[in-house]
Amino acid sequence: MSTGKVDRRVEPSHHFDSMIQEHDAGKQGVWLFMATELMMFGALFAGYFIYRTKYFDAWVEGGSLLDWRLGAFNTIVLLLSSFTMAQAVTDSMQGHNKKAFRNVIITTACAFIFMIVKYFEYSGKIHHGLFPGLGMWNPEAVEVAQTKLFMTFYFVMTGLHGIHILVGIGLMVWLMKRLKNDEFSKEYYTSVEGVGLYWHIVDIIWIFLFPLMYLI
Amino acid sequence: MSGHHVVPFKTNLITFLTLVVLTVVTVYTAKYVDLGEFNLALAMAIAGVKATVVGLWFMHLKYDTWMNRAIMLSAIVFVALLFVISAVDMFTRA
Repeated sequence: MSTGKVDRRVEPSHHFDSMIQEHDAGKQGVWLFMATELMMFGALFAGYFIYRTKYFDAWVEGGSLLDWRLGAFNTIVLLLSSFTMAQAVTDSMQGHNKKAFRNVIITTACAFIFMIVKYFEYSGKIHHGLFPGLGMWNPEAVEVAQTKLFMTFYFVMTGLHGIHILVGIGLMVWLMKRLKNDEFSKEYYTSVEGVGLYWHIVDIIWIFLFPLMYLI
Repeated sequence: MSGHHVVPFKTNLITFLTLVVLTVVTVYTAKYVDLGEFNLALAMAIAGVKATVVGLWFMHLKYDTWMNRAIMLSAIVFVALLFVISAVDMFTRA
């Protein structure tokens, strides 16, 4: 092909030999990104465990301030969204863009539900003087002083996770647009698969955050 | 693409249901079974199993190349290293 745009559904970009090679290279890039994500959250988890060991009473009090029912509900919502995302990847690998589109919509709806629940949780905490910053912290709201540190970990870790959900919603919208335009095929579905990997990592992070923040 | 494994709907569904069951087990053991400090270890063990299930089936690591598995494992190894060295520091201080 010498002129015009490359139709990515049937032929690779010019610097790749084959569709499979281009797909595998792109996917490997996403995996490298996922490795950095795990290490970024891993550092926060390490901090969480160090201060949990040091200020155990504060961690017990902090955990009791959170409503585990909301956490459990959000866990199920995220698992469902991971299921529909995995199914969207299955659909697009078979060239079923319409089916994949529907599954991406359900995934996005779950992401919104997750963030709405998070909004009510955050505003409740802020209302009770449990936001550890911006002059909003009320020292009388807790018995153990270091519970402020627990709430810091809570807001930083679930906040960073929440930002990932918001970015995920953006990626879903991008996928919906491209699925609608029939831009993917049996030979080219790298973007759907890549967003899927990202979405599952966000789910894995929450799988650890939920028991550590709400239950233990 | 012939070289890539398409995971059927049924497998995705079973994976999802497994994760839901494990979530119920997590909540039940943490809330109603008092094991003292062992509750943390149990919750983390279940979370580890859940993460592995997500990695193998939803993220297709079961069908993927050793290159991508090695990338993921290397991240886990480095996080584990951070945990171990932090723990050694915590528990050897006077």
